[in-house]
Amino acid sequence: MAAQASFIGQKNKKGQVYSDPWHMMNEAPRTPSFFTGSEVIKEAVRRASCDMMVAYPITPQSEAAALCGELFAEGYIGDYFRGESEFAVMSQCAGAAFGGARVFTTTAGPGTMRAMENFPMWAGARLPIQMIVTCRGINSPLSIQPDTLEISYLMQTGMLVWHAETAQDFYDWILKGYMVSEEPDVHLPLALCCDGFFVTHTKDMVDLTPVDMCLPPYDPYRSPVPCMDMECPPVRMMRDPFVMKSNYISYATHASWQQEVWAAVERSRKHTIRWMDGLIETENTDADVIVVASGTAVSQSREAVAMLEEEGIRVGLVKVKTLRPWPGEEIREATKHAKHIIVPEFNVIGWLAREVSATVQNNERIHAGPHVCGGMTMPPEIIVAEIKTVLGIKAPSLAGRGG
Amino acid sequence: MSKERIKIAEELFDIMPAEYQDLVKRATYGNEQRGWKDIGNAKELIEEHSLCAGCPESMAFRYILASLPNPEDTVMVGSTGCTSLVFPHVAVHNIHSLFGNQNAIASGLKRALTVRFPDRPKDVVVLAGDGATVDIGLDMTLQAWFRQEKFTTICFDNELYANTGGQESGLMQKGFVAKMAPVGKTFEKVRLPEIARESGCHYVVNCTVSKPNLIEKVIKNAVHIAREIGPTYLQLYTPCILEIGKNSMEGLQEMRDSEKPTERFAYKEYVSEPAKELLAELAAKEKERKAEAKKQLAGQTA
Repeated sequence: MAAQASFIGQKNKKGQVYSDPWHMMNEAPRTPSFFTGSEVIKEAVRRASCDMMVAYPITPQSEAAALCGELFAEGYIGDYFRGESEFAVMSQCAGAAFGGARVFTTTAGPGTMRAMENFPMWAGARLPIQMIVTCRGINSPLSIQPDTLEISYLMQTGMLVWHAETAQDFYDWILKGYMVSEEPDVHLPLALCCDGFFVTHTKDMVDLTPVDMCLPPYDPYRSPVPCMDMECPPVRMMRDPFVMKSNYISYATHASWQQEVWAAVERSRKHTIRWMDGLIETENTDADVIVVASGTAVSQSREAVAMLEEEGIRVGLVKVKTLRPWPGEEIREATKHAKHIIVPEFNVIGWLAREVSATVQNNERIHAGPHVCGGMTMPPEIIVAEIKTVLGIKAPSLAGRGG
Repeated sequence: MSKERIKIAEELFDIMPAEYQDLVKRATYGNEQRGWKDIGNAKELIEEHSLCAGCPESMAFRYILASLPNPEDTVMVGSTGCTSLVFPHVAVHNIHSLFGNQNAIASGLKRALTVRFPDRPKDVVVLAGDGATVDIGLDMTLQAWFRQEKFTTICFDNELYANTGGQESGLMQKGFVAKMAPVGKTFEKVRLPEIARESGCHYVVNCTVSKPNLIEKVIKNAVHIAREIGPTYLQLYTPCILEIGKNSMEGLQEMRDSEKPTERFAYKEYVSEPAKELLAELAAKEKERKAEAKKQLAGQTA
C-alpha cells in the first residue's frame, strides 16, 4: 500500500483528490442523483482513476461505453479507443493490464461469448481488469433483450463474478471492485454483471460520492506476478513460461497454477466481505419459504415477498451478490430452516438453481423457477404463483408465463 | 529500465543462475551501438532455444535480439507457435497470451506504456508466425495498422503451420502439398507486404534472415520508425527445414536460394515519405557521431 498511500491527498490533472478509498466509499458525503444505469457507470469510472478503456458497440452496453469516451475527452481516462471486435478488445485490455494499467471495459451477450477465450487467460495471467457485463440474450434467434445465460459461462473462467441488482450496487461495486481485485493476494479480473436494460436503461436515484474525490492510482508493482514494462526484474520473464513444454514439471506447474487462481478467488472473500458487507443479504431467514436470487430477480422477489406478506404469508429472501467467490456457507446457513427454496431466474437453464442445489443439504427443497428468458419480464405475480403452488395454495393461472 | 535495476543483491549473487549473473555483467543493455557483431563477444539476450537443430528461426532470433536498439525498454509480444518455445529464454519481458491476438495485445500494451511513461520511449515489438499474423490474427494485424499503432510487427514466415505439424497456411505457396492441402494449396501466397503498405505501415520489408547485417539494419529502422511515426512490418523467411524435407545444415542455403532476384523472398522494401525523412535524420546523426568519434580518436593518438 505504500506506493498508493503516497498518492493520497495529491490531486490528479482534473483536480480530483486521490482519496483513501474506505473514507471515500463509506464516510464521505453522498449526493442523491437521478441517473440511468449507463450514466452511473460513467460517474463511477470518473472517480476510478482508470488508465485505459477499450470500447466496442453492442446493445445494451453501447451507451455506457460511449459515455466513457466522453470521460476520456474530458481527461479523466489515460487512453480510450474503439477496438475491432470483443475478442480483440479483451486482448487489448489484457495488453494494457500486462503493461501495468488500470483497465476498464464493457460488453454484453454475444460480445461476451465472442471474447470468451480471453477470460481464462485474464485470470491465469492475473490481470485485474474490470469488465462490466450488461447481460442480454445469446441464443438464436437473435435477441437484444435481457437474459443472464452468459453469466453461467463467466463463472467457470477463474474471474471474480458479481451480479448487481440496482444502479446503486453498480456505482459502489465498480469502485469497490478495483479495491478487491487489485489486492496482491487476489489480483484477478472482475466481471461485474447486471441485467441489461433493466439496470442500464432505467433511471434510478443513486447516491454518488463527491466528484472531486477519486481512487488512488493502480500500483502494478503490488502485483503477485511481474509487470511487463521492463522496469521489473527478472528480465528473463515470459508471461506464461510453461506453455507447450511437455514434461512433468510443466504439467505440475499448470495444475498448481489453476489451483492457485481458484485459491485467489477464495482469498478475495475476506476483502469482498469487508467492502460489500457480506457476499449475501438476507431477510426473514426464519420463514418456511425462502427465495434465493441474484440481479434484478432480487427486486422482483422483494415485491413478491411484500405481496405475500399482505396475504399473511411470510417469505424470506437471500440476495446473492457475488457468484465468484460463491457464498456457499452463507447460503447453507440462511436456508437451513427453509422447507422450500425458490430460485427465480432470467435464463432458460437455471444456473443459479444448479449452484444452490450443489450447495445446500436436502436439495429436494429447491424449486428452480420461475424462469423467464429471451427478454421476457418477470412480474412478481409469477413468483407469488410459484410460491403458492409450492405451498399447495391455489393460484390464478398466468397464461403464457413460466413457473 | 536502468541496468541498475537488474543488478543482483551482493548477498544473493552466488545463488543466482550463472546465465543470469552473466546477463547482468556482460549483456548489452544500454549500449546504443549494439548490433549483430556483439554475438560471440557479449552476453546475448537469448540463452538457448528449444527449436529443431539448424532451424533458421533460431538465427533470426539471435540477430533480432542483438539488433533491438533499446532492449532495456523493449517489451515483446509473441503468439502461439514455434516462436513461443523460444520466448521463455529471451531476456526482455515478453507476453504470450492467445493464438492470433498478438497485435491486439501489443496495441493495449503500447498505449499503456505511453500513458505510464510519457517521457520515455518504450518500444513494443511483435514477433509471431505466419499462421498467427496472416490467418487467425489477420483482423487484428490489419486493424492495428489502420489505427496507426506505434509498434513493429515481425512475421516469421515459414509458409506453413510448423508447430502443429505442417499444415497449409495463407502464406504457403500455391500448389504446395501439405496437411490440410492434400491436393496442393489452391490459392496464391497472400501478399501481406503489399497489404501492409496499403494498410498504413510506414516501413515494410520482405526478405530472408541469411544476412545478419541486413537484419540489424531493418530491425533498427523498423523500431525507430514505429517509435516516432507509426506501424512497421517485417516479413522474414525462416524456412521450416523439417517440413520442406531439408537437413539441419541446409537452412541457410534454402534462404539464399529463395532470395534470388526472381524468387519470392527477393529483398523488397517500402518506406513512407515521413519515414524516409526520419531515416535521413538518423543517418545524419550517425555520421556526426562517427566523425566525432574519429576526431576524439585522432586527438588521443596525437
